[in-house]
Amino acid sequence: MTESRSGSTFERLLRSGRFVITAELSPPDSANPEDVYSLVRKLENYVDVFNVTDGAGANCHMSSFGACMLLSQAGHEVILQMTCRDRNRIALQGDLLGASALGIKNVLCLTGDDVVIGDHPQAKRVFDLDSIQLIRTAKTMRDENVYLSGRKLSSSPGLFLGASVNPFAEPFDFRPINLAKKIQAGAEFFQTQFCFDIDRFRSFMGRISDMGLLEKCFIIPGVGPLRSERSARFLCTRVPGVFIPDTILTRMHTTPLNRQGEEGRRICIELIQQVMEIKGVAGIHMMAYKQEEAVGEIIEKVGLIPRPANRLLN
Amino acid sequence: MAIFGRLRDHPTWLETPYQLIEKVFRWLNPLIKKIGYKRVDRWMIFSEKIVKELIFDCKMCGQCTLHFTGMTCPMTCPKNLRNGPCGGVRSNKRCEVDSEMNCVWVEAYKRSTRMKIFGDGIESIRAPLDYRLAGSSAFINLLRCEDDNVCDSFTPAEPEKYL
Repeated sequence: MTESRSGSTFERLLRSGRFVITAELSPPDSANPEDVYSLVRKLENYVDVFNVTDGAGANCHMSSFGACMLLSQAGHEVILQMTCRDRNRIALQGDLLGASALGIKNVLCLTGDDVVIGDHPQAKRVFDLDSIQLIRTAKTMRDENVYLSGRKLSSSPGLFLGASVNPFAEPFDFRPINLAKKIQAGAEFFQTQFCFDIDRFRSFMGRISDMGLLEKCFIIPGVGPLRSERSARFLCTRVPGVFIPDTILTRMHTTPLNRQGEEGRRICIELIQQVMEIKGVAGIHMMAYKQEEAVGEIIEKVGLIPRPANRLLN
Repeated sequence: MAIFGRLRDHPTWLETPYQLIEKVFRWLNPLIKKIGYKRVDRWMIFSEKIVKELIFDCKMCGQCTLHFTGMTCPMTCPKNLRNGPCGGVRSNKRCEVDSEMNCVWVEAYKRSTRMKIFGDGIESIRAPLDYRLAGSSAFINLLRCEDDNVCDSFTPAEPEKYL
């Protein structure tokens, strides 16, 4: 892999070979910074980097940019999620410059969930660029010091570029090729959708290892606790790209209602332990929407404390 | 309306004529240039639109890439993705946006694996669309863009050897 051009702490952590924990943070439906800080307080002792969503599920929330900035000013390392759903290439490039100027050094480039599944299905979808084109645009700006139009920048943005990969969605055989295309476009780290199907993930990692792609990127699988059987079914049917195997659904189904949360956390711990044994896994990405307090317990139980690692690094 | 859409399931039948037409246009390029790209474009649009719409459900983006995407028009994807599927494909291979429709990229990949001439094209990166070219003839744009380098929509990034 090439050396760092971003000045990002997250990148330094990954390159140092430490097992990194990132956590997804969904910005609040509020204009009060305190609401962002209170979410962070539940997580800050257990994770290294906050990954802030950009209108997740096509629902309107505080912007990823705004929340990232609040966190960054408070001294946290953040990953800015950027989707192609809401902004065209002019806005996206402007945001990349703005992010770097404000000290946000990590960007996760996504296509974005479609507007029809969110709370504003009437909205116009943009998709001027797709995620691969966005990654390449960001890389061009960083490395070649120009906009997509070819116009020169007086100072290039220092960005560590990431992308998503979903090994759990069709077409399965194309997913490794998609990953290769994203690496070629400039992605350096990858975060996955919820990983519940460990066999599928293992074979995906085996395939990309055979293709020689493991040396070219960092893979961070997404994991998270299930709150109940109902929420598991909701994830399966309503959240795009999430697949939960029957074994896990049955486990949740056979557990009495009042202990399902506990069982969900136990499943999550087992998954993390299994994922950590797979070659090429650089960290985990915790997705625990509305159960932020469960993250600490899970991280403690898998023995991944003390955190945050970036303070240990300095 | 892709009345002859079934033809797409035989991508090998389609890629040969496609290649042939492209070759003919390249051969005719000096003549077309003399007549003027704009004028020929006006003659072309109607026939190109009819044929491509009946077979591929063409959206006339003017920058045809369907031979590189398994003879499947990527503009029929609700998100207009030209480089690969999004992460939201349902487990029954249906589209995240429209549950009645098969994912365009599931079809594209399946078909591209059977194609001998352009099959590998799916592995290379497609540049962002130039929306100024929408509604014009893709074959003429192909010649025009190569000629004066106005757009890079057709030149794929060199695919890295990873397979």
